[in-house]
Amino acid sequence: MSEASYHEMWERLNLDLSAHDALLEVLGKFYGDIFMSQQGRLQGMEYLDFVLSEVHGLRIKELRDAQAEGRKVVGTFCVFVPEELTLAADAVHVGLCSGADAGTELAEKMVPRNTCALIKSFIGFKMAKLCPYTESCDLIVGETTCDGKKKAYEAFAEVAPMYVMEVPQQKRAADRALFKAEVLRYKDEMERLTGRTITAESLARSIRIVNDRRRVLQRLNALRAADPAPISGRDALLVNQVAFYDDPVRFTQSINALCDQMEQRIAAGEGVAPAHAPRLLLAGCPMAVPNWKLPYVVESSGAVIVGEESCIGTRNTRDLVDESGQSLDEMIEAIVDRYMRIDCACFTPNAERMDNVAALAKAQNADGVIQYSLLFCQPYEHEAIKVGKRLDAEQIPSLAIATDYSMEDVEQLKTRVEAFVEMLK
Amino acid sequence: MIAGIDIGSRSIELVCLEDGRRVLSRRLPTTFDPHAQLAAIMEGVAPRRMAATGYGRELAAQALSGNGGGEVRTITEIKAYGLGAAALVPEARTVLDIGGQDTKAIRLGENGRVLKFEMNDRCAAGTGKFLEHVANVFQIAIEEFGAYALQGDEALAINSMCTVFAETEATSLMARGHRPQNIALGLHGSIVKRTLNMLGRVGLEQPLVFAGGVANNPCIVALLTEALGAAPVIPAEPDMLGAHGAALHAAAFEADA
Repeated sequence: MSEASYHEMWERLNLDLSAHDALLEVLGKFYGDIFMSQQGRLQGMEYLDFVLSEVHGLRIKELRDAQAEGRKVVGTFCVFVPEELTLAADAVHVGLCSGADAGTELAEKMVPRNTCALIKSFIGFKMAKLCPYTESCDLIVGETTCDGKKKAYEAFAEVAPMYVMEVPQQKRAADRALFKAEVLRYKDEMERLTGRTITAESLARSIRIVNDRRRVLQRLNALRAADPAPISGRDALLVNQVAFYDDPVRFTQSINALCDQMEQRIAAGEGVAPAHAPRLLLAGCPMAVPNWKLPYVVESSGAVIVGEESCIGTRNTRDLVDESGQSLDEMIEAIVDRYMRIDCACFTPNAERMDNVAALAKAQNADGVIQYSLLFCQPYEHEAIKVGKRLDAEQIPSLAIATDYSMEDVEQLKTRVEAFVEMLK
Repeated sequence: MIAGIDIGSRSIELVCLEDGRRVLSRRLPTTFDPHAQLAAIMEGVAPRRMAATGYGRELAAQALSGNGGGEVRTITEIKAYGLGAAALVPEARTVLDIGGQDTKAIRLGENGRVLKFEMNDRCAAGTGKFLEHVANVFQIAIEEFGAYALQGDEALAINSMCTVFAETEATSLMARGHRPQNIALGLHGSIVKRTLNMLGRVGLEQPLVFAGGVANNPCIVALLTEALGAAPVIPAEPDMLGAHGAALHAAAFEADA
């Protein structure tokens, strides 16, 4: 498809064309500097390069084509929204833009200044008319994971078709019952939106599709335990990010092919980082496209990232939905069980996350952990203290960083990250 | 001869070592033309090996590599201060550096190995730049500002750590008729309070080495001593510790080669 017809499509979506062109130009350059400059990249990453180069083009066209066929597009911000139900109603499920500073001044008219960059970003993208995903959505599903998002969705509902799911903050029987009621309410909402009935058959199929995508990401992650690391942290993060945008079946196939190449590399004793490069696990807040700032700083300091303990990482892929259910009820129960295992920092207490971070650091053969939180993200900033103590007790070195999407602190970050890497050498 | 250079936001320091002994130290302001200042500080010095640290380490490495001394290596200020402190005060277990733009607290293990560190982030609150700014408001030379503050007999609380707001706070205290020496004492106290928090976070262990330009300020030293119950060890020329550490790194690299 030509650039001109993309412009027509973006115009129909009511994007601010000149600002959007400028955004794509900056992103293209940024992508080139951070990704294309890497040495010894896996050939399978070409697929990811293609998907990303077409992330506002071909993929949006696919969504528009799906809508022309009568399918609906559902946009989300969080791994708590049960994608299985979206797909079972034959709707398309996509993650929305929230990884770059855009429209910040406009966003600050709707939410307080001391709001995390991720929230300001999704509001800013909408207000500045820069996100073709948000504009393509028939419904946007929010969730009550933190106060910042909760209140932001109230403001967002004034400008977008919004639906909010309640996520409990504890894990007792009553909380599970609440979440089950919310899952059923979401099922009804999907059926209402699409005019389709979710059947045991359609749900069983979508559970398999989403599980298969989780399985391939689990496979990728397991391969990163090898030394030397077969893939850079930047590329692996990109794979996890694209998982939120791409067609799940096509994505799973492509990443399986990428994993085959990683296996060959491992068998040949080859890797992307020099031998003895310190191996680091990132833990904490999600890094949405195009938030590649910290991974780039880390890997430019001579270290290699071997895992992401985050929603755009293992929190999204660690647990599968049990596939043995036969009836619709059994499948719903299995979905509820799976989502209630998510160790988001919005839960209290959240002791399992401490165990999961420590276990993942060991499983990935990490030499240290960099904890990443977005400024003003209370849940993860709090847990950074607890996780830090736990890692100290396990004698796993760690560094806690709180930052946002701006580039003003890059030099300070470099000094800290380089000093941490020096410590591990 | 082996050299280390520490290029910070405010000043550039050069230390040259001969058989591990400091034979030369120089200091120049960084200014807005660091290339010219780097050339000036290297005037007449031709080290065999060299390493650079500080905010401008990459710039210094680029500018000075191939100048007869081969490739200039870089290390972070954290590692440089650790190496420098361990060489000058072998029993040191904690290092505090308050420089022009950063404050760092570093816990050390054996041989200057860095165990843990803390740094201020994107703001210059509580650093040498802060002192420079408020000294300017008092119209007192930065070198004399510490002694001036020590004439205070009542430490007034300054709550804001923001350089701009702290100035506003100091101005309003002056308007209420407080002795300027007491306000100056309060401003020094606010830096020490922030510094103690940082030392607490790395788990302060004595002996503590205090380095960086602000270690020349007698009021900060006195308040720190009072709060900790022990005087910090201040190396001669405390602002040269980073450059000294970088020179030691260059020496170690030479020994490896």
